[in-house]
Amino acid sequence: MNKKHRMFVRMVLASLIRRRSRMIVALLAVVVGATILSGLGLIYYDVPRQMSAQFRSYGANVIFTPSGDSYITDDEIKKAVSVFPSDKLEGYTPYRYENSKLNNLPVTLAGTDFSSVLKTSPYWHISGELPDGNGKTLVGKKLAEKFGFSTGDSFSMLNSFQVTDDTDLSVIPDYEIYTDPQTGEKYCDHMLDLSLSGILETGGPEEEYIYVTLDDLSALMRSDRGCDLAEVSVAAREEELKGYLDDINNGSGNLTAKPVKRVTASESTVLSKLESLVLIVTAVVLALTMICVATTMMAVIAERRREIGLRKALGALDSSIILEFLSEGLVLGAVGGITGSLLGYLFANTVSMNVFSSAITFRPLLIPVAIIVSVAVTGLACLIPIRSAVDVDPALVLKGE
Amino acid sequence: MKLLELKNVTKRYGSLYALDKVSLGIEKGEWIAIMGPSGSGKSTMMNIISCMDKPTEGQVFFDGKDITKYSRRKLTEFHRDKIGLVFQQFHLINYLNAVENVMVAQYYHSMPDEKEALEALERVGLKDRAKHLPSQLSGGEQQRVCIARALINSPELILADEPTGNLDEANENIVLDLFRQLHKDGTSLIVVTHDPEVGEVAERVVRLEHGKIISDKKNSGFAE
Ligand SMILES: Nc1ncnc2c1ncn2[C@@H]1O[C@H](COP(=O)(O)OP(=O)(O)OP(=O)(O)O)[C@@H](O)[C@H]1O
Ligand SMILES: [Mg+2]
Repeated sequence: MNKKHRMFVRMVLASLIRRRSRMIVALLAVVVGATILSGLGLIYYDVPRQMSAQFRSYGANVIFTPSGDSYITDDEIKKAVSVFPSDKLEGYTPYRYENSKLNNLPVTLAGTDFSSVLKTSPYWHISGELPDGNGKTLVGKKLAEKFGFSTGDSFSMLNSFQVTDDTDLSVIPDYEIYTDPQTGEKYCDHMLDLSLSGILETGGPEEEYIYVTLDDLSALMRSDRGCDLAEVSVAAREEELKGYLDDINNGSGNLTAKPVKRVTASESTVLSKLESLVLIVTAVVLALTMICVATTMMAVIAERRREIGLRKALGALDSSIILEFLSEGLVLGAVGGITGSLLGYLFANTVSMNVFSSAITFRPLLIPVAIIVSVAVTGLACLIPIRSAVDVDPALVLKGE
Repeated sequence: MKLLELKNVTKRYGSLYALDKVSLGIEKGEWIAIMGPSGSGKSTMMNIISCMDKPTEGQVFFDGKDITKYSRRKLTEFHRDKIGLVFQQFHLINYLNAVENVMVAQYYHSMPDEKEALEALERVGLKDRAKHLPSQLSGGEQQRVCIARALINSPELILADEPTGNLDEANENIVLDLFRQLHKDGTSLIVVTHDPEVGEVAERVVRLEHGKIISDKKNSGFAE
């Protein structure tokens, strides 16, 4: 850097530092603009991630059903979910439904995997506890009310079936055989003793079911026939998800994978609405920043007409005048950009913490981008004011007017 | 060849003749005072010489070239290379300190050099004020910074419009001493003043009235 460049820097900095009270408005405009823009940018890029997590917490977004009239086995489910990358698979829960009787009233028994059920049905509200193994049950609220159950109670499920000579009774741990006096047919009463861990509240049909483990249900029904459906929660957006589901459906498996429409569709609707909102806000903020910087620079230049005239009378070329004022604007833009990007991160983080209760990822790329955008915007905003600086006639200014 | 020559220069504002067919020649190294009552056209003449204003009619030659026909760019070069301006209102840049104000003139002329700029300030007796901002300097001190700035690039001609107009007697004497020195170094000086004392010390006095030169004579009491 030669002496000329040093003097140039010295003048630009002196102007900005010693006249800071004048420049503060423009700087503030740039800082506010950069803060809002980088904050919005961060939120915008982070929201799809946050949003997916949020929507997933409202339930599974994929459902597996048997292709034909049959059932789906555990192995088939495992094979199908292996299509999803492990970091995207949040969890899956199989369900098997059977009709049964309790106190001679028909009830629906549902077998499931309690360890993963909250991953696909996070909205389940349980008073008491989730069953942690065999012999324990979760009872829907309506059903519990009907039978007057409360947590800690015990009851038995009964499954009666006809026993023939071929019936293998060894798989049943606890049974009683009796003979129908009229027909002479033998029946077996198979009991499943259950203790009630918790009562389930969902606002949906689940409140009518009795949930038990798949093992208990298999034992009670004397068969492990497989499941009726499985719910899966996958951290992927619509397009991506569709790809995985196609893979599963085109495979030779016996199951059909379908997206759960309600959740995934609304997810992308909200996101695209958010997208246009962000674009509009960005445009407005950019325009406001430019207007503010431009008016400040106008005022600054009007105030400095005499100085400009003097510089010209000292032999300054138009290009030097442009360079000097533009540099002041650009320094302003850069300083505003750096400050704004950091404030923007704090802003985005606060919003994210409040709305999604999770921190936002800081993107280092944000800083250079914010600087470039602020510099470009201030540069653009300076163009018209600087034109008027170039137009200053040294004579008018110095003649003592 | 004369350094500067005005030929039939007229400047008209509507029906008012601020300058009326003025012809004047100035030799290299000459020290001229232009005097006259208020409104007689002194500043107008100065502005035309410094090319801050174009005459309605007539020509102005500097080193034999008609500067009224110069393009903007050539005028800028002319200001930069040939003349030093001393203003009644000083026109210092308010956010630059004394030495930086002098360096600005170097910056546009050739190469800023803080040491040289400090020497120029020393010449006008302001070395210890070099780091002060204009607002921290008295009127006399500001005028001297303005003079240091005008002489830093060793111009052939220094134009000063009422350089002592805002100064008390002590400061006026300091400024006049500086002019004497510049004159001794061979710089041509044109000083507009309505102060007789400032006129007296010049080599030659030109008097204006109603835009016309009414007298032009060598100062009998001029001490080389
Ligand atoms: N831009 C202008 N428009 C109209 N009239 C002008 C303009 N500039 C100067 N004049 C007139 O020209 C005449 C000469 O003005 P000038 O400024 O040269 O006087 P001066 O000798 O410098 O006076 P002073 O001693 O008060 O500075 C005055 O009558 C003034 O009113
Ligand atoms: Mg005047």
